[in-house]
Amino acid sequence: MRPNADKTKSRMVGTSDDIILRTEGLTKDFKGFTAVSEVDLAVRRGTIHALIGPNGAGKTTCFNLLTKFLDPSRGTITYKGRDITSQKPAEVARLGLVRSFQISAVFPHLTVLENVRIALQRKRGDSFDFWVSESVLKALDGEAMRLVEAVGLADFAQHDAVELSYGRKRALEIATTLALDPEMMLLDEPMAGMGHEDVDRIAELIKRVSANRTILMVEHNLSVVASLSDQITVLARGKVLAEGDYATVSKDPRVIEAYIGAGHG
Amino acid sequence: MADIAATGSPSISASPKAAADNAALHRMIFIGLAATLLVLPFIPVIGYPFFLMKVLCFALFACAFNLMLGYGGLLSFGHAAYFGLASYVSAYTAKHWGLTPELSILLGTASGAVLGLAFGSLAIRRQGIYFAMITLALAQMVFFFSLQTPRFTGGEDGIQAVPRNNLFGLIPLGSDTSTYYLVAAVFLAGVALIYRVIHSPFGQVLKAIRDNEARAVSLGYRVNQYKLAVFVLSATLAGLAGSMKAIAVQLASLTDVHWSMSGEVVLMTLVGGMGTVFGPIIGAAVIISMQNFLAGLGAWVTVVQGAIFVVCVLIFREGIVGVIGKWIKRPL
Ligand SMILES: Nc1ncnc2c1ncn2[C@@H]1O[C@H](COP(=O)(O)OP(=O)(O)OP(=O)(O)O)[C@@H](O)[C@H]1O
Ligand SMILES: [Mg+2]
Repeated sequence: MRPNADKTKSRMVGTSDDIILRTEGLTKDFKGFTAVSEVDLAVRRGTIHALIGPNGAGKTTCFNLLTKFLDPSRGTITYKGRDITSQKPAEVARLGLVRSFQISAVFPHLTVLENVRIALQRKRGDSFDFWVSESVLKALDGEAMRLVEAVGLADFAQHDAVELSYGRKRALEIATTLALDPEMMLLDEPMAGMGHEDVDRIAELIKRVSANRTILMVEHNLSVVASLSDQITVLARGKVLAEGDYATVSKDPRVIEAYIGAGHG
Repeated sequence: MADIAATGSPSISASPKAAADNAALHRMIFIGLAATLLVLPFIPVIGYPFFLMKVLCFALFACAFNLMLGYGGLLSFGHAAYFGLASYVSAYTAKHWGLTPELSILLGTASGAVLGLAFGSLAIRRQGIYFAMITLALAQMVFFFSLQTPRFTGGEDGIQAVPRNNLFGLIPLGSDTSTYYLVAAVFLAGVALIYRVIHSPFGQVLKAIRDNEARAVSLGYRVNQYKLAVFVLSATLAGLAGSMKAIAVQLASLTDVHWSMSGEVVLMTLVGGMGTVFGPIIGAAVIISMQNFLAGLGAWVTVVQGAIFVVCVLIFREGIVGVIGKWIKRPL
């Protein structure tokens, strides 16, 4: 549990120094179709910021731009005061801005434990030591196991990731992302495909790990969004439609219309 | 991750047992393999050293190729270039410079490494089928270069009657049998090295990239550097196989750099089991044996080979060793 929710709220009225990630005029055109249009986003350090919007709104594209998996057509991205607009994706990750994927991204033929360990392995720096036995990685097993436990996968630690159900793959992906201990995490629909129990567990986990980091999260489960997020940005057709806390945003007629218009109700 | 550790110590300890069991099994297979290689020359029909040496050289070639395909997820369709160039360099330096076998093999291997570095740097920028096409195109350049420089390669004739000079300038390699044992020793060392690469921290990253490149990138791995590294390793070992072949079989020819050689190594790897440690060895043994013992069939060998390939793809999708590994539920 987050020890002091009030403290977080009070942090929201900070100066611009508190902004860990900022975009200005972020735009992505796909052959004439604009998926993300003139998005100005400001994520405050230490908050959970939700990015919501109907299907096809451009949320995943936004994530791809922020983590440099796609190059923006226009606009700039600033992370911790540094312009990362022309960085490579691996370098962005090395700066502590780490993403998960909407379509579960695990290493199918590695075990659950190895999946997490491969992220922990980054602490060693680069692993070009092909002449060293992998037994040196055993030193990381304990920490990997704790992370595997934290997402409720302890019983599956030695299974290949390919054998996991969809929901468990998502849980594994969160554990892997957490293993990097990133300063800022981008989670793309972390709870999609999970059962009730798991949703609660992961929501709890996200809350717990948010204590000393920033989280930008895409999530369709609005009750999760309501309970977790400090700030919400609503995206529709690539544009920012509304911004604010849950109470403000959920009352906004444009937001309601966008959701109903897209068949979400 | 102190905040996560708050849940307490793990209830189930990370069981390293399975991994240790597998390692023990692999060690036993290695010992068995070494013992087999030791006695093979004394076995009738298949036990003639010339044939065995050829099998071992191609087996090492296939293992090198498999390192890249099975563990790095990179399908090169031009591995004949590294094998063939190294074969020429080794044959040329042994014959025309009179170098000792270990030196000509060393130079041949180095040429494979350098070519791998050059071609790899170009190829890793592309993915999937484009990667395969670039490796093929580059390898074809090596083929035409070999065809156009008969002063170096001997053109259509190749470099024949490559001498087996004294090893280290001391030990005579007069008989096929003594050369066979040299080849067997180098082969085992090569396979052991590949095994270590697969089971190293580097190998772990490699498998991660093979499984899900985007995810590896998102974890901060500079995947192109890893791909290049495995490309060079693979080309170097292919070079080692090619140089050794030139000395063992005493011939380097256009066949070694021809695209069909690139195809053959794919075939060996798939038949034996891609992504298995021992599969390519079995695959090479099967293919070379067929070429050898069915030689009387002439062009039909190719047809039989094709048929075996089709059967493998249809029935043994994981290859011979892959299927056995599935039966005994152990990675081989
Ligand atoms: N590579 C691409 N090429 C062309 N169009 C694309 C590409 N990627 C996304 N799009 C389009 O951009 C729009 C936004 O897609 P995006 O995946 O970002 O939406 P989203 O908000 O994440 O939706 P969802 O909630 O369904 O995940 C969609 O209309 C999609 O078809
Ligand atoms: Mg999406």
